[in-house]
Amino acid sequence: MPIISYREALNAALREEMQRDDSVFLMGEEVGHYQGAYKVSQGLREEFSSRRVVDTPIAELGFAGVGVGAAMVGLRPIIEFMSFNFSLIAIDQIVNHAAKMYQMSAGQFHIPMVFRGPSGPAVQVGAQHSQSFESYFCYVPGLKVVCPSTPADAKGLLKSAIRDNNPVVFLESELLYNTTGEVPDGEHLVDFGKADVRREGKGVTLIAWSKMVDVVLDAAESLEELGIDAEVVDPRSLRPLDTDSLVASVKKTGRCVIVEVGWPMCGLGSEIAFQLQRECLDFLDAPVERVCSDDVPMPYANNLEQEVMPQVKDIVAAVKTVLYLD
Amino acid sequence: MLLGSMSSSADIRIEPDTPEFLEATTAEELLPLYRTMLAIRRMEEASAKAYSVGKIGGFLHLAIGQEAVCTGAVAALRPEDYITATYREHGHIYARGVTSRAILAEMWGKKTGVVKGLGGSMHMFSKEHNFLGGHGIVGGHVPIGVGAAFKAKYRGEKRVSAIFFGDGSTTIGGFAEGLALAALWKLPVVFICENNQYSMGTPLHRTTAARDITQRALAHDMDRDRFDGDDVIKVKRRIVSAVERARETSRPTLVEVRTYRFRGHSMSDPGLYRTREEVEEWKKGDPLVRAKRRLLEELKVGEDTLSTVAADVKEEIADAVRFADTSPESDSYLPYVLKD
Repeated sequence: MPIISYREALNAALREEMQRDDSVFLMGEEVGHYQGAYKVSQGLREEFSSRRVVDTPIAELGFAGVGVGAAMVGLRPIIEFMSFNFSLIAIDQIVNHAAKMYQMSAGQFHIPMVFRGPSGPAVQVGAQHSQSFESYFCYVPGLKVVCPSTPADAKGLLKSAIRDNNPVVFLESELLYNTTGEVPDGEHLVDFGKADVRREGKGVTLIAWSKMVDVVLDAAESLEELGIDAEVVDPRSLRPLDTDSLVASVKKTGRCVIVEVGWPMCGLGSEIAFQLQRECLDFLDAPVERVCSDDVPMPYANNLEQEVMPQVKDIVAAVKTVLYLD
Repeated sequence: MLLGSMSSSADIRIEPDTPEFLEATTAEELLPLYRTMLAIRRMEEASAKAYSVGKIGGFLHLAIGQEAVCTGAVAALRPEDYITATYREHGHIYARGVTSRAILAEMWGKKTGVVKGLGGSMHMFSKEHNFLGGHGIVGGHVPIGVGAAFKAKYRGEKRVSAIFFGDGSTTIGGFAEGLALAALWKLPVVFICENNQYSMGTPLHRTTAARDITQRALAHDMDRDRFDGDDVIKVKRRIVSAVERARETSRPTLVEVRTYRFRGHSMSDPGLYRTREEVEEWKKGDPLVRAKRRLLEELKVGEDTLSTVAADVKEEIADAVRFADTSPESDSYLPYVLKD
């Protein structure tokens, strides 16, 4: 199986789906002539022309809305946000329009479209470019939310997102664009709502998604040195959420730490913890623990940024808490 | 100049009759349009009555006084053209061909409503009629209508997208960005501003410095037109020229039609921010009165014909009310959250 980067996997998904279906088009800032701010759309304008790889002015609300309208009448838009932080300008289109149209129209108009781009911290990009968005969008009925953590999932989930008949918020990670892994050539679809057990273990369940999966896998290595056998589960899609797989893992291990790079208050981990306590109360040997970013806007300085984000040591400490080892 | 010294009198003046107003028509053309306007008015009067006794909940925004705009503009479009509208859309969807039964049943929250009781007064849609809503976020629907035009151009179809919005929409980003993108990409859009002089209770001169809304088109090198919306034939003729520009040359037009709602912003609004004299002045330009006068005086249509039309409309709306009253309650929402 070829080894390619997360960025190349996304590019392959876009290319293959655009080859497959003429109703699919990509629209956003710098996606065409510039080849993408993060080069995810490299080469696509040459192959598909400016008709289908559409550069926009800086007008997120406008072009996200153009996507919603085009989706209502039969196209399959992919709207790229250069950074998901800019999606806040378009959130009216995502939440009030894309997510609600199917119900408001009693099923007459569905919105087969993808909003995609990098979400979460990168490296020292400051408070306005470092935010995580899964909690915002998971809140909304009518949306699907996915967060690939590997190149293979990036390709398979994006292809599924483009073929989905609903609006999908597809959250990439800038920190993962250069990571590499085995990715199947051609048709490779990953269904939504199916968690991936990235590491099997019996001692504690660690739940994480997107970039945090890598950090958690590193933490699992450290825990192994301490004799703790951690299982790592990546939900991959957050809405729909594969609660059954998370519950199965926690029933096996009896302990759980949820790790997310978002803020703690109303973070997605709160909802997952709620569902776990409801489904697994009799199996839990300790309260579910969470590791999040600190409850502050992201500072610029590298040392402070590291301090804010979940680190291996934070995860190890949380695991010790649920194992009553401190 | 102090803001308070800016009189709004210039904004409410109805222009004297122009050659366009006297543009020739026939009874065959005007009579059906008159009937549509009359039905819209009677339908909205019936909905106001129903609201007062609790048959309609939530918000109800009437457009009584503005009927010539939606009726004339929709008549300028072809069935394959797209329409996107605001929450004040009862007339637009009726003029497009959705029945008064389906519209009133929707307001009643019934299963037989045009969107099965899931949308209500503000959110009516009809795919069959290329009617893309029915939107409650002021200006948020403007880019959506631009998106429908994007699709038409993408597919090489000669279809036009008409986007209706109020003067209150013209201060928000969705309008500004939608206008900019349609101009940049030369999309077949007709932007139709129904300038009814007030965004809710705030008059135009307190919401925007440039009172000629079509000046916004200048920034985008876009064609524009501006006229009074008291005569349905005039509205139709002027919109036709914008529609044909869009269809034949794929260029958008910003049209401002000056009009007036005789009632408040919604049912809860007694309209205390405007004088009785102002309302009475505008009522002199009642589009129904004008159309009726043209039919009788200019086109020599008999009183008996108009009486027949009035009776026919009265029965249609009475039937629609009975239909809404007796229709089953809305019963399902789960199938419409996510599509398979």
